[in-house]
Amino acid sequence: MAPLFYIFAAVAILAGLSVVLQRTPVYSALSLIVVLCSLAVIYLLLGAEFLAVVQVIVYAGAIMVLFVLVIMLLNARREAPTAGSAMARRWGVPLLAVFMGEILFAIWGRYAGAAAPAAQAFDGSPRAVGELMFRNYVLPFEVTSVLILVAVLGAVVLAKKQL
Amino acid sequence: MATSSDLPFFLLLTVVKVVLVLVVLLTAIAYAVWVERKVVAHLQSRWGPYRVGPHGLLQPVADGLKFLFKEDILPREVDKVVYFLAPFIAFTLAFASIATIPFGESITLGGHRIPFEITNLNVGLLYVLAVTSLGVYGVALAGWSSNSKFPLLGGLRSSAQMISYELALGLAVVGVVMVSGSLSLREIVTYQHGLWNIIRQPVGFLLYFTAAIAETNRTPFDLPEAESELVGGFHTEYSSFKFAMFFIAEYANILTVSCLATLLFFGGWLGPVFGPPIVRALLGVFWFCAKVFCFLFVYIWIRGTLPRFRYDQLMAFGWRFLLPVGLLNVLATSLIVAWRAA
Repeated sequence: MAPLFYIFAAVAILAGLSVVLQRTPVYSALSLIVVLCSLAVIYLLLGAEFLAVVQVIVYAGAIMVLFVLVIMLLNARREAPTAGSAMARRWGVPLLAVFMGEILFAIWGRYAGAAAPAAQAFDGSPRAVGELMFRNYVLPFEVTSVLILVAVLGAVVLAKKQL
Repeated sequence: MATSSDLPFFLLLTVVKVVLVLVVLLTAIAYAVWVERKVVAHLQSRWGPYRVGPHGLLQPVADGLKFLFKEDILPREVDKVVYFLAPFIAFTLAFASIATIPFGESITLGGHRIPFEITNLNVGLLYVLAVTSLGVYGVALAGWSSNSKFPLLGGLRSSAQMISYELALGLAVVGVVMVSGSLSLREIVTYQHGLWNIIRQPVGFLLYFTAAIAETNRTPFDLPEAESELVGGFHTEYSSFKFAMFFIAEYANILTVSCLATLLFFGGWLGPVFGPPIVRALLGVFWFCAKVFCFLFVYIWIRGTLPRFRYDQLMAFGWRFLLPVGLLNVLATSLIVAWRAA
């Protein structure tokens, strides 16, 4: 399983870079879909079949479809450089390096020398996930759904001039 | 899942199964097209294909060869990468969805138990839904990359339609999952011994059937390729084998949703069986194929009978009728399941 993990981890990272570096919005969106699908495969390798499939259905199959649809509707072609581009180029890379360094430092401080957590030490079946979600975490789950409902209502109110 | 532990045998078996399933599926698609042309022709008091072979039986071969020999036209100003990628996405996903579909029980060959499916996933049903939910990219990207107004409109329409009807499709399936208590297609079929799910979930079946027609872009929901308004829809700018790939993907999707309908609501391979084990197993496969064929026929029958919806009617029907009915069905089913469990 280890070689498969490295292959798909590499694909995910490369596609992630491509999301940022592509100039055409559709290519960025497509790269993001590749990232999401590679992550799904990594979940699958860990034995979390349910999570992997839900990842594909929700992110790649629903949310990204809307992204692509919007890009198509706006018919967004290659991005033209604007006044902000120069500043992004000057400050973006150093700031990114600092941010990455910070994350690496945090991970290093916490996990240096520790053994990698064992895979398949958990139950990833739909039943187990459902029990966790609707027994142990039922309040956060419901609160999240109310939040999403609020967001949907807000979007409708903003989009419609007259109700 | 191979019962034997030896890896080479498992790999070989899987490769053989994949090749076998693909060959059978491609042949089935070719003849599904022939059946469609014949049935529609007879519904309209015509003969249909008759020249190539007896009763036009060799027509699919002729069509396939013709597609191969046609000039592959690349229109100017297309987005080349996405234009080439789109038919491959549609084609690959249409075939990937068949991987978890069980065709029959299993046979024992030389001490090995060989189930009739490529792989058994404990979330097999969700896998099929996930793969079909990605299928929309092929259509949407084809429409966008062609850089032409009719394909773009067709692509947008079909993306909107597929997203809308996927919800109804998902809700229709939730009822079956709640009743059977499993997401594995094999277990859902085994649960239907004695009583098919169509009796337990009649509303769910009607929802599924309607949504499935819309999901595969068939008449009366074939707005994405409404010829009178959009020329050919999302694939207007495609020619030769790239067009054939969309065509094959469409029929593969029809077969997949028919297989799923058979498994979820009509007991899959269950049916009267007799004789020695091998005959029993093969009879199961026969029943499965017969049920799928019936679905295919009804699909074509509907195509030959009903006129096309208007686009706003289609969206209103999906969101204002199918979705609420689906939610009510889920609610009623969960109440019944909870009441039974109590």
